[in-house]
Amino acid sequence: MVIVDRRANPQGKSLANRQRFLERVRGDVKRAVADTIARRRIADVDSGEEVRVRVDGTEEPGFATTPEGEHDYVLPGPGTLNRGDRIRKPQGGSGRGQGRKAGRGSGEDPFEFTLTREEFLNYFLDELELPRLARTSVMQDKLSKPQRAGISIYGYPSALDVRRTMRNSLARRIALRRPDLGTLEAVQARVAAAREAGDEDALAQAEAHLAQLRQRMARIPYVDPIDVRYARHERRPVPATEAVMFCLMDVSGSMTEHMKDLAKRFFMLLHLFLGRRYDRVHVVFIRHTERAAEVDEDTFFRSRETGGTLVSSALDVMLAVQRARFPRDRFNLYVAQASDGDNDSADRARVTYLMDEHILPIVRYFAYVETGGERGAFPHHAGRRTTELWDTYDSLSPEHEQLAMRRLNDSAAVWGVLADLFAKSGAAAA
Amino acid sequence: MALLFDGAEWDFQTLDAIHRACEDIAVGEFGLQVYPNQIEVITSEQMLDAYSSNGLPLMYSHWSFGKRFARDEALYRQGYQGLAYEIVINSSPCISYIMEENTATLQTLVIAHACFGHNHFFRNNYLFRQWTDAEAILGYLAFAKAYVAECEERQGRAAVERILDAAHALRPQGIHRYPKRRWRLAEEAERRRVRHEHAEVNYDPLMRTVPGFRIGQAAPEARQQLESEARARLRLPEENLLYFCEKHSPRLAGWERELIRIVRVLAQYFYPQAQTKVANEGCATFCHYEIMTRLHETGQISDGALLEFLHSHSSVILQPDLLDERFAGWNPYALGFAIMRDLARVAREPDEEDRAWFPAFAGNGDPWGVLRDVWANYRDEGLIRQFLGPKVMRSFRMVHLADRTADPDYCINDIHDEEGYRRIASLLADQYEPATLAPLIEVADVDLFGSRTLKLVHQSHRGARLDGDLAKKTLQHMQVLWGYRVCLQEHDADTGRVLTEYASA
Repeated sequence: MVIVDRRANPQGKSLANRQRFLERVRGDVKRAVADTIARRRIADVDSGEEVRVRVDGTEEPGFATTPEGEHDYVLPGPGTLNRGDRIRKPQGGSGRGQGRKAGRGSGEDPFEFTLTREEFLNYFLDELELPRLARTSVMQDKLSKPQRAGISIYGYPSALDVRRTMRNSLARRIALRRPDLGTLEAVQARVAAAREAGDEDALAQAEAHLAQLRQRMARIPYVDPIDVRYARHERRPVPATEAVMFCLMDVSGSMTEHMKDLAKRFFMLLHLFLGRRYDRVHVVFIRHTERAAEVDEDTFFRSRETGGTLVSSALDVMLAVQRARFPRDRFNLYVAQASDGDNDSADRARVTYLMDEHILPIVRYFAYVETGGERGAFPHHAGRRTTELWDTYDSLSPEHEQLAMRRLNDSAAVWGVLADLFAKSGAAAA
Repeated sequence: MALLFDGAEWDFQTLDAIHRACEDIAVGEFGLQVYPNQIEVITSEQMLDAYSSNGLPLMYSHWSFGKRFARDEALYRQGYQGLAYEIVINSSPCISYIMEENTATLQTLVIAHACFGHNHFFRNNYLFRQWTDAEAILGYLAFAKAYVAECEERQGRAAVERILDAAHALRPQGIHRYPKRRWRLAEEAERRRVRHEHAEVNYDPLMRTVPGFRIGQAAPEARQQLESEARARLRLPEENLLYFCEKHSPRLAGWERELIRIVRVLAQYFYPQAQTKVANEGCATFCHYEIMTRLHETGQISDGALLEFLHSHSSVILQPDLLDERFAGWNPYALGFAIMRDLARVAREPDEEDRAWFPAFAGNGDPWGVLRDVWANYRDEGLIRQFLGPKVMRSFRMVHLADRTADPDYCINDIHDEEGYRRIASLLADQYEPATLAPLIEVADVDLFGSRTLKLVHQSHRGARLDGDLAKKTLQHMQVLWGYRVCLQEHDADTGRVLTEYASA
């Protein structure tokens, strides 16, 4: 007989089959991921919470018979039945099987299963058509760097802390009264002097002393293993700083649900990216019409307001929040703005001033996305090919490389907005 | 004797000691004959893995296994479904998977059940001897896995999946029910290699340019002659649809035929298991019960362990009656165990009734001899027809329930009394008739020189009809394999009248 311990075998033997299955039910999975995105808060986009996928699209048909016809069953009875007794058939066919093979092969019950965090993120990023390189930088675990963390009695030779080791060694030698070279030389000189003087007594005494010193020196090592100290290192996540992400959105009537959904995906992706780089990412939601206010996430995406559009109001609120709570020396500032490009033309001067003088100089990145309609139709203003806000920002962009602008009409384009940012961070990391 | 273990903990020495103690009893006292055992300790995740590939340790890749895994895992995590304590594979050496979570008592139970009960059955039952090749199955699985992977690499995954999906749909109709010769799995890989070499050696592009004989130009009589000759070569009717496609499909490439063959071989491998559920589980359950009792009698397991064992044992053989909420058909463990116990009792201490029912062996004093004979020579249908005694029928209070489409009620036609015993035993045996495992569908005809339409026939017995929706979808798969249109007629088996006709699109 042989006993084999298979527990340590590589896990996930069925992973390949699982991926094949996921491909089969791609439609269902995509729908589930979209639902989850709609339900999740921006900051939870990569949380460990389960994504459940309900599957009903994978049939494995086979020939099977219907319950029709004459069937005879012999079954275990309750002991109270007698010849000629009748039992009502369950309505609707199924229910209690009465010995019938419960619909073998026939349209299997739909079932739910759970996506892992990686699978979910993959689908999310797939839809955004994130390039491979950027994907790894989003998916990888936090970067870490070794940092000094005190001393240790174990370690590798290159981490030997020489000064501390020698200090311990010296202290031990003094405490155990290991003779130093000077003492030894003095006694040797005494031996030599006694030999020269021919003083037998003194010579014997000095030689005995010398032998004793030598013995003591040999017994007490110069450096003992207990003296040795190593520098200890710990891996600490870097950079250990905080970031704040301002989400600005125009919520006036012209923003449709589709546009808001695009904006949400864009905010999520930015958050995901920032979450990898910073220990903590604060998110501030500011919505505006002609007036702006800081709101919570639900209000931000759900509620709708009517009114004109003054972008500068949102910028004002953003600056006020930043000054009050997020000093620029402690926080990395990121701004993500989504809008359909509408703005009052009288507001242009103030927007330009705020951006140029106050905002762009302090933020690390200002991403502006202009969301279009579902079929890619942008709300054009009579005769103008670009929108008011686009024009305004466009005039600023040559002097400020931290300003990125994109037009969005489907989710695959979201990535493009952040492309420059990823490219930059990739270069910085390398 | 000293206790084999104390408490729930176990290690590999314990398993070894348990196996030796069980072996002494099973082989030494009861005379079981087993393949060498290989016990593999696995985790629950690996158990789920094994579930998804029908318990086989190796399997080619296919999405349907991933689906089964996802579903089983979801059910398991939500607590709707427990995991089996063990899975045992009909191979030599006989591989038993046991879960690491099991207590020492459960491991003992599992070893007695799988390593001796099932193992003895696999080795001795005539169906397994006839149909399966225990020495070669592991090697064959490795070949199948590598071959499918190679095809995917060469032909692309989509092309491979197309064939496998279709073949999977026809799996129940891909079985030879009557053995022609024993399948030598070890020769499969060799057979493929020889065929391939033959094709390479005989490749001759020039021969293709020789103008062929056009059947359309032949005289009507000659044509008829040719057609009947070609049809005779097909040996119709053929009930093994996968075999038919593999051999005669005009469209398939060599590797596609090979894939069909792999699916067919594996379906055939499981065919005996489907026919011997009651006998197999009855054998294993009876063996573990007897072995555990002996271990306790000889002082090798404690009273506590015996009680723990009895608790699991009694939940394994629970059989709710048909009015019970939990009822879901017969529990093969319960039915099998009851029959085996009854037979052992009849051999040891029969009463008048038993002597009348089982004159051949009642009171012969050799229960293990009787049981070994039953396990070696019967499948479920025969076991029930010949060895279901009146005591067992009474203990389950068996009734005969008639289900007629026209009748809104089920009707009790027979119960377990003098008048009903014979009929009940025979009807229950009919229920385990292999023909009822899957609808019987045959290839009846092929339009050889015209549209090449394949004609299938389902004989409808006693009003049993095919599910039309599924039939159409399955025909679609059949068309993939055949390459041309496939139609299916349902015939009333008594009158020969055509009831319905389905066709692939």
